[in-house]
Amino acid sequence: MIIQGLAFYMFAAITVAAGVMVISARNPVHSVLFLILAFFNSAGLFVLMGAEFLAMILVVVYVGAVAVLFMFVVMMLDISLAEMRAGFLQYLPLGAMIGFVLVMELGIIGGSWVIADNVDKNFVAPIVAMKTTNTEALGNMLYTHYVYYFQAAGMILLVAMIGAIVLTHRKRPDARKQNIGDQVSRHPSDTLEIKKVSSGSGV
Amino acid sequence: MLEIGLSHYLVLAAIMFTLGVFGIFLNRKNVIIIMMSIELILLAVNINLVAFSAHLGDMVGQVFALFVLTVAAGEAAIGLAILVVYFRNRGTIAVEDIRIMKG
Repeated sequence: MIIQGLAFYMFAAITVAAGVMVISARNPVHSVLFLILAFFNSAGLFVLMGAEFLAMILVVVYVGAVAVLFMFVVMMLDISLAEMRAGFLQYLPLGAMIGFVLVMELGIIGGSWVIADNVDKNFVAPIVAMKTTNTEALGNMLYTHYVYYFQAAGMILLVAMIGAIVLTHRKRPDARKQNIGDQVSRHPSDTLEIKKVSSGSGV
Repeated sequence: MLEIGLSHYLVLAAIMFTLGVFGIFLNRKNVIIIMMSIELILLAVNINLVAFSAHLGDMVGQVFALFVLTVAAGEAAIGLAILVVYFRNRGTIAVEDIRIMKG
């Protein structure tokens, strides 16, 4: 139990510190790296809570795909760091005020809030009743009760993929591409001309 | 103190959420950092969902955390694509210039 507590505090402290660095790092590349650190430690927290599959998904999807996507874009865009930092302190008081208000509100809600006594009657899938691993339990839920949501999630990803390609794809006029239709429909009469050359006089 | 309950995770998620909102206010010149702040907010939401799921013993919270992850991935892809197109057109990623929507 004491190991669990210490592990929670370690993961939580590193997550919060990495979150602070994400929004305050001077260089966007460092921000992305701290975001990856925050995701890794959140995955550790998920393991502590018994959500192993989500922890793995967090590492694979976020660190492996989303953070790398961020890294690509940060590296690709040629932005000046000094210009970006201008006006950083200008918004600090307003942001700090709103952040303070938000934390207070969340604290008030969290302090004055209790879980209803008979809430376990409304459970769709109680974990204690399942004698399976976390991944198996999640799969059992996802492909039965939530199959339409699952399909909708797949559609969202498909639309996002097509949208991203359509947005960023551009026709480059200088690029020379192979057009197989043109090649196949080429007729010899379009390109070939047969000349009768009389012998002995040259072309 | 070392007995970790639901409230510990809720406090952590609240801090992460506030950090995300704070980051949006702080980095007005850089849309990439704002998108990372949104990722932090969604991470806080996920921590909340999984914490309630583990505390109450209901699996549904984790299923919805999975859907939140899906939507966050799609959002990041579309947002970065829009950002790349915007940078190609304007040569800047400052939020304050985006209010000029012409062209």
